[in-house]
Amino acid sequence: MYRYDEFDARFVRERVAQFRDQVARRLDGALNEDEFKPLRLKNGVYLQLHAYMLRIAIPYGTLSSRQLRQLALIGEKYDRGYGHFTTRTNMQFNWPRLRDVPAILDLLADVEMHCIQTSGNCIRNVTADHFAGVAADEIEDPRPTAELIRQWSSLHPEFDYLPRKFKIAVTGSAQDRAVIKAHDIGLRILRNAKGEIGYEVMVGGGLGRTPMIAKTIRSFLPKDELLAYLESVLRVYNLEGRRDNKYKARVKILVHEIGAETFSRLVEEEYARLDGPSIVADPEEVARIAAYFASPHYEKLPARSAAFEKGKAKNRAFATWAAVNLFAHKIPGYAAATISLKAIGEAPGDVTCAQMRVLADLAQQYSFDELRITHAQNVVLPHVEQDDLLAIWQTLVEAGLATANAGLITDIIACPGLDYCSLATARSIPIAQALAHRFADQKRQLDIGELNVKISGCINACGHHHVGHIGILGLEKSGKESYQITLGGDATLNAAIGENLGPGLAAQDVPDAIERIVDVYLAHRQNGESFIESVRRLGLEPFKAVIQEKLHAPA
Amino acid sequence: MSVAKRPPLPVILLANDLLDGEVVFWTGKQWSPEPIEALIAHNETGASGLEAEAAKALAANRVVDAYLVDVSLDASGGAVPRHYREKIKTEGPSVRRDLGKQAGLFNIARNGN
Amino acid sequence: MPLLDRNGAKTDDWTLSPDGAADAPRVLVAFDHVQNALAGNGRGRRIGVAIANTIKAEALAPFLTDLDLVSIAFPSYGDGRGFSIAKQLRHLGFKGTLRASGPLIADQFAYALACGFDEVELPEAQAARQPVDQWVRAAASISKTYQRGFGAQNILDARRAARLAGK
Repeated sequence: MYRYDEFDARFVRERVAQFRDQVARRLDGALNEDEFKPLRLKNGVYLQLHAYMLRIAIPYGTLSSRQLRQLALIGEKYDRGYGHFTTRTNMQFNWPRLRDVPAILDLLADVEMHCIQTSGNCIRNVTADHFAGVAADEIEDPRPTAELIRQWSSLHPEFDYLPRKFKIAVTGSAQDRAVIKAHDIGLRILRNAKGEIGYEVMVGGGLGRTPMIAKTIRSFLPKDELLAYLESVLRVYNLEGRRDNKYKARVKILVHEIGAETFSRLVEEEYARLDGPSIVADPEEVARIAAYFASPHYEKLPARSAAFEKGKAKNRAFATWAAVNLFAHKIPGYAAATISLKAIGEAPGDVTCAQMRVLADLAQQYSFDELRITHAQNVVLPHVEQDDLLAIWQTLVEAGLATANAGLITDIIACPGLDYCSLATARSIPIAQALAHRFADQKRQLDIGELNVKISGCINACGHHHVGHIGILGLEKSGKESYQITLGGDATLNAAIGENLGPGLAAQDVPDAIERIVDVYLAHRQNGESFIESVRRLGLEPFKAVIQEKLHAPA
Repeated sequence: MSVAKRPPLPVILLANDLLDGEVVFWTGKQWSPEPIEALIAHNETGASGLEAEAAKALAANRVVDAYLVDVSLDASGGAVPRHYREKIKTEGPSVRRDLGKQAGLFNIARNGN
Repeated sequence: MPLLDRNGAKTDDWTLSPDGAADAPRVLVAFDHVQNALAGNGRGRRIGVAIANTIKAEALAPFLTDLDLVSIAFPSYGDGRGFSIAKQLRHLGFKGTLRASGPLIADQFAYALACGFDEVELPEAQAARQPVDQWVRAAASISKTYQRGFGAQNILDARRAARLAGK
């Protein structure tokens, strides 16, 4: 993991002092609310429905045990004993007081964390594949790139007042697990014909009101040119992005309006004008960062763990958990374990401070002190010996963290929705809870197989509903909550935006509707095809029909 | 900062405390975290008075996001917001009945100032 | 309107004259009149131009060696286009004074300086609420940031220096 040097440490401390001063100036009136709001947002402080909310950056989803314990401490001392992991792998606390935020920021700085640019019209927390350093199909670990970008984008003098927020994601594998095509910039690490490492640069993806899939503007960018090229992209966006309408201000609209080719040309022209070498990090700096992400010291283990096999044979619940929640590790004898924060009936992504400590202890004991947060709002122990899996699972069972549903229909992504969020138009969590209860049966979930349900409580789409195999969007219709169902979204490199199945449904009708959709799949699937494969083959019509039937059924 | 357009009567005035974030209600004398203490304006004059209070409190950097909320009256004459959003805002998360005002948990002293 | 630079408050000795007609030692003209003002400048006046943030930096390229000041408008503090224009003008070789004009906030001062601005011109009300000492303090709040090419004090070059010194 990356560790702060003296410069990083000082930078973050000065930032805390700066925020403390900003709060003081807000209180004495030097800053009015319109001026203070963007400043507090750039430190992760929102004003939500009931209270302020603090969003803490977890860069590229990587956390140490010590950091997670500190989050637990903050949650107990300054909040209500729990936190929430978001689809951008950050942690949110729902009840902090503004007067306490500077003290919380100090506690974060103690463990090399911050809230810088977790909101506001600036470059946000950089995300990456949560199986970075684990996946066998990895060309290069994306985290050194993400860390380089984190530093470069922090308090960037030119790009802190962009037309709108700007999100960057990096993947280093053939498979995309970071939803890079739904980001303002998606970077895919690849090798060219000469075997050199570089990036495919995709721009203009995003969800929200106008969902778009990112387009490639550079098929191969040499690795050492990254920061100068990003500077060109951001400069073009800063100058040309629309500022007349907040809903048309994202770079995806600019790319759409002028076309990816024109956008690419403007970027290349700007890039040609730059003095690249004066901007990019020198190779020693890149190497310095990369060294922090070197593989941990793995043991030499047999590929097959006898203890693991025996545990599975003796304990069916453990065997199911292992079948569903484990990810193949590149090193023989190891596994990456997904710890689901989607226990049936709980709020997706919520974790108590007591559970945080359990997770921190497990990571310390079994996973080289390291945890990952996923965009699906789960936690990963990235490097565990298969011999230890049974013991880990037993601890998880005691902590209520052993739900075997990673990737299944009850592994639902949901934003906080109107239960917390002041922007929301409808609640999300109760819908997720009702669906989880409806599909709670383990056997049935396994029979249905991989199925991503994603729920957003408003058009801003924090719950990624557009790229859910089944997406649910909560809106307000005539003073009531109403839920639109979309189908066929995909968050991988085959990224697709789901299509709307028709008019919105009342909250109590959503579980029935989803059940009917699933039944259509179960009735029509062929040769073991997954839900999304069936939807692609069948098209929307058979699914639409059952929704319409429901709507028009006599009351 | 201006107050949003006036909703139908009767109305109450709510806001968030600047320093603590808590949802607070204008009682006629002070800001209180207790919805039951909210002053209910039944006519246009009363609503204008609430708007004036909102402007004053915003200017004094005491609260933020102050606006009028239309309410219906329950059996005991207490104000209940008509819209589900404002109802959640005055109660707390519907999925965590153990938190927020509905559970008697406040981020601010309950005696107002 | 109040003017300040990295050292504090400053007297504005420029005369705003959009069509360039004013007879003053330092005349600030509108973009449309910059060519004429420079061409007919036999009186030894210094010429500056005030531009909207929709003007492209390249459009000023032919005049940059003759201009003493470029003032870039910030219609609101949230509109950051001026930062990029300043950066581009410096990259094009502009050596004169760069002024940011509009309701910026003190917390943007460091950014403005890093992008190549020398001074900020504020509306009266803004300057009254945010006194000069807040600006000077805000400019120094972060001692080093991570971007190369935005002023001498950056972490990447400091790390390189430390490396070279064998630290």
